[in-house]
Amino acid sequence: MRRELLSRIAETLYWIGRYVERADDIARLLDVSVHRTIGGEEDWRSILAILGHEQMAPTTDSLLRRLAFDAGDPSSIAGCVRAARENARGVREIISTEMWECLNVTWNQLPQQRAGAGRLGPHGYLRYVSERASLFFGLADATMSRDDGWRFIVLGRCLERVDMTARLLAVHRESDWRLLLQACGADESFTRTHKGDSSRVLEFLLLDRLFPRSITYALETAEECLADLTPDQRRAGISDPARASIGRVRMGLEYTDLAELRGQLPLLLIALQEACVAASEAITDRFFQTAAPAGWVRGGQSWVGV
Amino acid sequence: MADVFDSYALADAWDEMFEGPGVPRGPYRALFAALQPLGAEELRFRAEQLARVFTDRGVTFDYAGDERPFPLDLIPRIIDAAEWDLIGRAVRQRVRTLEAFLADVYGPRQVFHDGVVPWSLLHSSPHFHRVAHGIEVRTRIHIAGIDIVRDEHGNFRVLEDNVRTPSGVSYVLENRLAMMRTLPALFAEQRVRPVDEYPARLLNALRRAAPAHVADPTVVVLTPGVHNAAYFEHALLARLMGVGLVEGRDLVCENNRVYMITTHGKRPVHVIYRRVDDEYLDPLHFHADSTLGCPGLLNAARSRNVTIANAVGNGVADDKLLYTYVPELMKYYLGEEPLIGNVESYRLEDRDTLDWALGNLSGLVLKPVDGAGGKGIVIGPQASEETLDALATAVRDDPRGWIAQRPVALSTSPSLIGELPRPRHVDLRPFAVNDGDDVWLLPGGLTRVALPEGELVVNSSQGGGSKDTWVLTDDRGAAARPMEYGPPPAHWEPSRSAAWDGADQ
Repeated sequence: MRRELLSRIAETLYWIGRYVERADDIARLLDVSVHRTIGGEEDWRSILAILGHEQMAPTTDSLLRRLAFDAGDPSSIAGCVRAARENARGVREIISTEMWECLNVTWNQLPQQRAGAGRLGPHGYLRYVSERASLFFGLADATMSRDDGWRFIVLGRCLERVDMTARLLAVHRESDWRLLLQACGADESFTRTHKGDSSRVLEFLLLDRLFPRSITYALETAEECLADLTPDQRRAGISDPARASIGRVRMGLEYTDLAELRGQLPLLLIALQEACVAASEAITDRFFQTAAPAGWVRGGQSWVGV
Repeated sequence: MADVFDSYALADAWDEMFEGPGVPRGPYRALFAALQPLGAEELRFRAEQLARVFTDRGVTFDYAGDERPFPLDLIPRIIDAAEWDLIGRAVRQRVRTLEAFLADVYGPRQVFHDGVVPWSLLHSSPHFHRVAHGIEVRTRIHIAGIDIVRDEHGNFRVLEDNVRTPSGVSYVLENRLAMMRTLPALFAEQRVRPVDEYPARLLNALRRAAPAHVADPTVVVLTPGVHNAAYFEHALLARLMGVGLVEGRDLVCENNRVYMITTHGKRPVHVIYRRVDDEYLDPLHFHADSTLGCPGLLNAARSRNVTIANAVGNGVADDKLLYTYVPELMKYYLGEEPLIGNVESYRLEDRDTLDWALGNLSGLVLKPVDGAGGKGIVIGPQASEETLDALATAVRDDPRGWIAQRPVALSTSPSLIGELPRPRHVDLRPFAVNDGDDVWLLPGGLTRVALPEGELVVNSSQGGGSKDTWVLTDDRGAAARPMEYGPPPAHWEPSRSAAWDGADQ
């Protein structure tokens, strides 16, 4: 039943998952922010901080160019789409044709979408990227066998989602909760669940067990993937360091007193970020080992001319 | 509305579609009737659709660092059953001859002892590899691409043999798919033989080539990587065969066995369909600084733990100087006359022939013996004064490096240029798969077309495109009856009255 995967391919699939999710997350984030600038309430500095760029006070145009359109910048939406597509090109025999065509067409269409954004505003472009990301994961869901290849894509997506959501939470302000929910696609689900009680936003995004973009949900899915990738044969403990660090942080999160969530938040987020980094490193060590490039030294003259 | 073929002026060559102005040849009649009513506008619209299918699917080749779509012409090339039969027999004959020759070259070398081919050819061939001597294999040519053209009189000729890593079969498969999506109506009129059997045939041949002790061999396709011009093809074949696509860095050799590195450790590999040239395949024996291959592959092959397909050292058989000896080899090994002959060719090692050729460069085609992809070919009648001068010097310096051929005006086929069909030169590369017992020919092959007017070199790297190639069947009316099914199940609710009726009985 089990079919092994080349390490190089496992790594590529993992990154495809991350890049597509990242493109989606940035697009959502920008979309709600752009919407808010219309009301004059958006300060772009927080967006830049989320994505790790701490610089000048930008204009809407330069910011969009930088975060959405510039394919040369690997942290922009176009850069992520490009990276995902390039990676997919290297594993075309593993992913389904539908998935490849989805990414290829997305990348080919970006210039047109951008031209449209010039006329009609960026919403169309951002929405397009989000929809294509959903299409991609939907196609993956519908056309891939649930083997290790699939697990690496999901693993990449989950870790990226945890990372991006944690960043979002780290810079949000009290008054921002609706932006926060919208950027996570959680607005309507939250309203239905908690009737718009803003004191429960954090709880929903961090701990909700049913909402697929909550941090707990993403951590749990990542843990399941890792457990399936290396079924643990031991009677006690967890031998996989990636799974251990994710599991620990999830447990810490789940057992936090809901009343203290707000106060604990900075510490929780630091722990989350550290766990993501540790898990990512452990996954790389465990699965993505490629052969050291062989250097051949021919000893002595006798080899020459053979 | 003007007829799209009204302005089609025949060129000075055999035309594949028309026997005279406005008179299509037999196999093309249905196609002609289907295309004729379409206006120029409609043709262009379809051509754009066709191009989009390719861009969306990422059917590209890498040229100077760019990914480019390989242009597919809207008008297919058609070969009837009788002609295809001839091509099939001729290609089989050719592959069997070259296979016998290679077994001889890397074994007893009887053909040289018997003086059929001079020893000097062997020792001066850049693709003869001593390190491949004595490696025992059942088959050396697993996949061959034999380039065939049609001359001014309508006769087929073999232009060159490719028995190293012939490429292009992916375009055969993709062209058909794109054509069926864009012009489904054309296929309704004709019985076109399908091409999608190729991956299964190839996989079967590769599995049968596995080392004898392996019951369930692991086959992989070895690619130089995404930047290779034919990467698309490598990925497509791996996907359609359902085997792994590996790069050199995914492989490792230990104790003369080859393994690939997976997420669960090393796994043995038994057959490598390599799309990496000999020179880069194994740094132990060839370029020591190559990172495209894997050190130790050749020793593993010699130990019969892995099969490399095509075999190392095949290049000696598609050296263009050897090409001139193939008719003699056919007599020597098979006792047969060639079913499709060569283009008239001249060896330049002979002093008198060389002098004659140097005096007639403007009336000859000169080809470097190991040029691939149309590189270095000089078409005398079309070349400038300076080119010919430079050529004369090059040929005089290295007569072994060149052969001279009579210029053949390749047949033309209507190709859409702008909005209207124009005659453009074409060739044909049929693909043969040799499973050790039988040589199977993919019914179709790649028709390449030189898009600039009058251009005779058809390679994609020289601005060529391709055509879907149709081989017609000759059995009529024997269509398999589709299986008959009942209507699909539907959700059914008994009406109240039906339920009551039931209760009454």
